[in-house]
Amino acid sequence: MDYVIEMLNIRKEFPGIVANDNITLQVKKGEIHALLGENGAGKSTLMNVLFGIYQPEQGKIRVNGEDVEINDPNVANELGIGMVHQHFMLIDTFSVAENIILGNEPKKLLNMNIDLSKAQKEVQEISNQYGLRVDAKALVRDISVGMQQRVEILKMLYRKADILIFDEPTAVLTPQEIKELMQIMRSLIKEGKSIILITHKLDEIMEVADRCTVIRRGKGIGTVNVSETTTQELASMMVGREVLFETEKTPAKPKETVLSVNNLVVKDNRGVDLVRGLNLEVKKGEIVGIAGVDGNGQTELIEAITGLRKAEEGLVKLNDKDITNLKPRKVTESGVGHIPQDRHKHGLVLDFPIGENMVLQTYYQAPFSKRGSLNFKQIYNYADRVIKEYDVRTPSSQTLARSLSGGNQQKSIIGREVDRSPDLLIAAQPTRGLDVGAIEFVHKKLIEERDKDRAILLVSFELDEILDLSDRIAVIYEGKIVAIVNPEETNEQELGLLMAGSKKKVGEA
Amino acid sequence: MGNKLGSLFKSTKLWISLFSIILGLFAGAIIMLLFGYNPIEGYIALWNGVFENRYFGGETIALITPYIFSGLAVGFAYRSGLLNIGVEGQLFVGWLASVWVGTSFELPAIIHLPLAIIVAAIAGGLWGIIPGYLKARFHVHEVIVTIMMNYIALYVTNSLIRNVLSERAERTDHIANSASLKLDWLTEFMSFSNIHMGILLAVFAALFYWYTMERTTLGFEMRSVGINRDASQYAGMSVKRNIILSMTISGALAGLGGAMQGIGMYGYMTIHSGFTNIGFDGIAIALLGGSTAIGIVLAAGLFGFLKVGALNMQAGAGVPPELVEIVTALIILFVAAGYMIVLFREKLLKLFKRTKIDDQNENKNVKKEGN
Repeated sequence: MDYVIEMLNIRKEFPGIVANDNITLQVKKGEIHALLGENGAGKSTLMNVLFGIYQPEQGKIRVNGEDVEINDPNVANELGIGMVHQHFMLIDTFSVAENIILGNEPKKLLNMNIDLSKAQKEVQEISNQYGLRVDAKALVRDISVGMQQRVEILKMLYRKADILIFDEPTAVLTPQEIKELMQIMRSLIKEGKSIILITHKLDEIMEVADRCTVIRRGKGIGTVNVSETTTQELASMMVGREVLFETEKTPAKPKETVLSVNNLVVKDNRGVDLVRGLNLEVKKGEIVGIAGVDGNGQTELIEAITGLRKAEEGLVKLNDKDITNLKPRKVTESGVGHIPQDRHKHGLVLDFPIGENMVLQTYYQAPFSKRGSLNFKQIYNYADRVIKEYDVRTPSSQTLARSLSGGNQQKSIIGREVDRSPDLLIAAQPTRGLDVGAIEFVHKKLIEERDKDRAILLVSFELDEILDLSDRIAVIYEGKIVAIVNPEETNEQELGLLMAGSKKKVGEA
Repeated sequence: MGNKLGSLFKSTKLWISLFSIILGLFAGAIIMLLFGYNPIEGYIALWNGVFENRYFGGETIALITPYIFSGLAVGFAYRSGLLNIGVEGQLFVGWLASVWVGTSFELPAIIHLPLAIIVAAIAGGLWGIIPGYLKARFHVHEVIVTIMMNYIALYVTNSLIRNVLSERAERTDHIANSASLKLDWLTEFMSFSNIHMGILLAVFAALFYWYTMERTTLGFEMRSVGINRDASQYAGMSVKRNIILSMTISGALAGLGGAMQGIGMYGYMTIHSGFTNIGFDGIAIALLGGSTAIGIVLAAGLFGFLKVGALNMQAGAGVPPELVEIVTALIILFVAAGYMIVLFREKLLKLFKRTKIDDQNENKNVKKEGN
């Protein structure tokens, strides 16, 4: 057998936890090999071992049939292993070409000067060869997320990597960009590269991968040929039980209006109106899903409701009380929970223990504090309960939030927000980066909350999720709700057209 | 379990600091050897310079006192994400304020002394509010404002001493005894050194610092704002309020450091031609101490110990003052570079662990063969 990468019986321990327990991964030359597992199953650890960031306690690594010791990412690079990280490792204020050549700059003038024009030419050449469209001269901060990812890929190709590791590459992409990425991966295979695709999205595996290795809670479960398996089988291998894909829910019984937004106008940081006279209502006991392409005012809408951004015009009412432009704390106190879109920026203080993050909004209230002094016993008791109830996997509630996996970070935020029992729960991309097991859990929780007569405003770029969960779908386009549709009576095609602004449908806005 | 992990982590930190000090001493010894001095004699002189008699001991404590305050001042701002480079200026303002109260009023000690201390804290706090407000309201970087305000403080206090607190003299009058932190019996007991009751205030301030930072909602907010402003705002904390408040408290701590000089060490204030460096050393002390209360107290102790002990290195071992400065700087440098030592330790542990696993494997193999 021609294996480019063999990781045999890898074991990696951290204090109090075995992250990889006897895992074997064998990647054939020229295949796309998916590595599937839940959040925190040990995928990233395994790849960090391969990439030389961690040293395994036991096990062997072979590259092209030879035993190797990778004790440094530079060694991995020399062996032709490249990694496209989930959080891009790019310098915002450098151009695309500068980012790609960084560390391997072509030099001129006695090796003192970087030959930028040569760099740009080289970058353009590789980008043409593999069909990766980038603008070599553009600054990274000015280009789309999809293009930033292509820059990351080019970085690997520029360093002549043959084995490319993609760490959850689609988590940050729009559906269109995901399609493009799949194309790119296929053409990379044609050029003789091998790919390891870390993911927990089963559809992607079915679409693009040749084989798939599943790990669960640090243990290797097995490797299957994708053509001989089903989504259902992969899901149960990953989670260890049967998974429900369709969220079961009874028809909504909407009651009185909780949130009403009238003629809202909000500017973005550059002073451009991104929300332009938006109207929206969310009632008790219903989930309203906002469908739209990123950048049509979703973020600004939520920030305006929650008090993080100033509303220029219009009215936001919660339970008939005016909450327009109240401070975030007042908004929270009047009964709004908010699962933020960016969990690292807004959701968590990463260098706080997870327990302290659980009381980020409520630390000043009883029983968590009394006359300005914190009661850590109460805080950690509470945190332990939420952690247990929401299945946050962490060694303890005193572990820093930073060291939890993305999915567990997200679950802890959801636990915190839902557990406060707010009248209005705003969920922005609540399942971004989560695995099917966790998604199922989050969806169930959201529906449970709906059935407890909470009003839920859901923003998601995943149309499946919107269609699955919403009782009403509000389509946002250029800062306005252009249509309100019933999920039973619509489909992805129609929504896609509405989101692109090419079809108007007058609803009861 | 979490608790155990936490204490393990903390004890490793302490271990690193101790190890760094030893490494620093080694580096200093090499320098002394290179220049032909006996490092053992040098270090004995350094030690004796602090512990040989009560006078030196008292002087060391008198020096550590303002160091603790300036370290706490820098640390407080730092924990909420601000760099207060203006401790020096806030210290001048506090110094002057305490001396002004000490010289201008006739009050019973029970009122006079606390009044001088409180006014010093208020003066330093006001000097800290300005950069805090400018930062919160107009996003002016606090480093620039505080640096400039150091110069303003230096020359304003000089001018006030010359024109207001004295009649064109170089220094103010001596403060009234009722405002002094010195205790006659203590001064006498410590061989007439400059030791004063301020050290108790400094320890109390460190306790206040610890409690506020680690145990109150205010400290929770400060730490949260210091690490992640966006998340703090999302969580409903007022970032602006925290910035202003943090700079105020930081300035007040610095002002108290000034009072330690004004009504403790000296009992007056002279015109200064330049900075005292107590405030600037406070930056190093805070960083060295990891901005924790106990760390700052220990770091201030190290600074005070080295500064006073170094004097005796010249007198006792004949090491020239320049070399003494190099040696003390090296020790501090090594402590500050503790991170390097963490890495070094990890490498060692890894090496150790690997050989252990190899041994085990070998043992297993031997057993298997044996069977």
